[in-house]
Amino acid sequence: MDDFAIRVQNVSKNFHYTSGRAGTIKSLLTSTFKNSEVAKKDVQHALTDVSFDIKKGEFFGIVGRNGSGKSTLLKMIAGIYQPNSGKIHVSGKLVPFIELGVGFNPELTGRENVYLNGALLGFSRKEIEAQYDEIVEFAELGKFMDQQLKNYSSGMQVRLAFSMAVRAKADVLLIDEVLAVGDADFQRKCFDYFKQLKHDEKTVIFVSHDMEAVRQYCDRAVLIESSKLILSGSPEKVAIAYTRLFNSDTKQDATVKNNGKRMGDRKVYYDTVSITVNEKTIDIKQTITAEQPVSNYVLGLRIKTSAGQQVAGTNTTIMRSKTKSLDKGDSSTITWSFPNVFSDGSYNIDVVITHEDGVTVHDFWEDAQPFTVRRDRQVAYAIDLDFDISQK
Amino acid sequence: MQNLKQRYRYSTILLKQLVKTDFKLRYQGSFLGYIWSLLRPLAIFVILYVVFTKFLDVGRDVPHYPVYLLLGIILWNFFVEVTTGSVSVIVSKGDLIRKINFPKYVIILSNSFSALINLTLNMIIVALFMYLNKVDVRMVALTFPIFIVELFIFSLALAFFLSAAFVRFRDISYIWDVVMQGAFYATPILYPLSKVPLDAAKILMLNPVAQIIQDMRYVLVTDKAQTISSVYGTQSIRLVPLSIVLGSVIIAVAYFRARSRYFAEEV
Repeated sequence: MDDFAIRVQNVSKNFHYTSGRAGTIKSLLTSTFKNSEVAKKDVQHALTDVSFDIKKGEFFGIVGRNGSGKSTLLKMIAGIYQPNSGKIHVSGKLVPFIELGVGFNPELTGRENVYLNGALLGFSRKEIEAQYDEIVEFAELGKFMDQQLKNYSSGMQVRLAFSMAVRAKADVLLIDEVLAVGDADFQRKCFDYFKQLKHDEKTVIFVSHDMEAVRQYCDRAVLIESSKLILSGSPEKVAIAYTRLFNSDTKQDATVKNNGKRMGDRKVYYDTVSITVNEKTIDIKQTITAEQPVSNYVLGLRIKTSAGQQVAGTNTTIMRSKTKSLDKGDSSTITWSFPNVFSDGSYNIDVVITHEDGVTVHDFWEDAQPFTVRRDRQVAYAIDLDFDISQK
Repeated sequence: MQNLKQRYRYSTILLKQLVKTDFKLRYQGSFLGYIWSLLRPLAIFVILYVVFTKFLDVGRDVPHYPVYLLLGIILWNFFVEVTTGSVSVIVSKGDLIRKINFPKYVIILSNSFSALINLTLNMIIVALFMYLNKVDVRMVALTFPIFIVELFIFSLALAFFLSAAFVRFRDISYIWDVVMQGAFYATPILYPLSKVPLDAAKILMLNPVAQIIQDMRYVLVTDKAQTISSVYGTQSIRLVPLSIVLGSVIIAVAYFRARSRYFAEEV
């Protein structure tokens, strides 16, 4: 028992939602008279029967998609939420917070916020005074400490918050997605801090979407999916399973026709655009309908990264492919296929139908359908090719 | 044991810091700053004094009526500040509660400590008025802290209960506003108890706040002030308001402890 920092046993957590969210006396009165089954429907199972142990000195990852219940789990470990059933044992002192800059007040100065946040971390005034200069130096905010926090940039706030968080003296630390914020310089600081934690053999629970960080730092990890713990093991295994979650069901339909921006004379137009992302290939399926008889029109598409960089594109002229003539009211289905060479990230596509002159636009649909590619490795480029290397 | 000490240490550190922060934020950007917490009861006092001596002539037969009235207003204000001021305090700290695990009672305590500081300063003004009004200070005046403690405990108990109930039932703030309006007139603050029929006075005095205000007036201002024991003609009746206070404490603590575990999910 003593080797365990945290022991989670058969923990379940449900959230009840009353129809009015915040209760009123009226809803209390009416719900006593109404059939109580109505109320029972609004239960959300955030976690179901989750069990795992974390050893002392372990860097432990919790991964899962948004809404899978991992933050709820972290909040229960921190003691913020109470489990409906099951038990969580914690041995040793636990940091009480799960987010940076808890209690920061924009109306207070940087200095006052240091004392307030410090008190929340359990530091007395004297203890903060003793390390005040170090905190300010680490945050690189020397000149700004007597300004109100509301005048800080978000980067400055994060630096101050992080500078406070690293002071926390505890045996078990909870880190929820800190890496999502801050610039490269700040992220380097975070990683240095992680290395230090590992070196000091602290127990760390790390919740993240960043599989690269999970691989690099975690000793062990669990994967939470739809409120259940579905896998526990090496970070490598868990990271791969996490990545697969996205590739198995990434058919994304443009049900809303007014997704993105559209223009054109609509002599022939797109009805739907859908994308299926497979590990090796991507298929884009489109249906078009003609308002007037059309022939020799040109179909085109291009793929952009989430940052707007145009990565690839083509049209039927470039491909020297002839399009089918359509009569008024005719519909037709088009399927584009190409190899999935994209790297981990989100993308969007623009689709277009033009007249054969290449100038008259029938339907130009910008950002018609976003899609996501999940890889178990990350590269800094939009295209992730299967490179081969040989050396003599 | 070590763990218990550590937890207590955390609460005191947090409490000190929250009181300080509250204080800073409350008067930030106002020109007179802290002086307002003294000016406000004084201004209310002047208004009520003019109305009740010049127009309504209520206080004629009460010796040192200005001090008598001021003391009543200040104690009532303290009661309002702690109770009404606490109703929404848990909900307004929701952001903190959702992100960090800390003893929730600290929030209520910090809120009422600010009120306690105000009360202390206001009591100095009362002392000044007593001096100016040439109030004859008797030995019994030394017992006044007992009643302040009683008032503080009673206000705190209500604050704990109201703030926890408000998390689930947002109607509480409206209900409490109305209750306090009624209670203001049902408590002998403006009028001397002698103006009320004896049967009514007997009921009114069972309210711990009424009992405390009258006792404070008795020990500090004038022995002509009627207390609960003089209305009933027996000392043992004091047990009634006292048990109301104790009962409120027990219910409030039990309710707050049970509910505070779920604040993070419900705020």
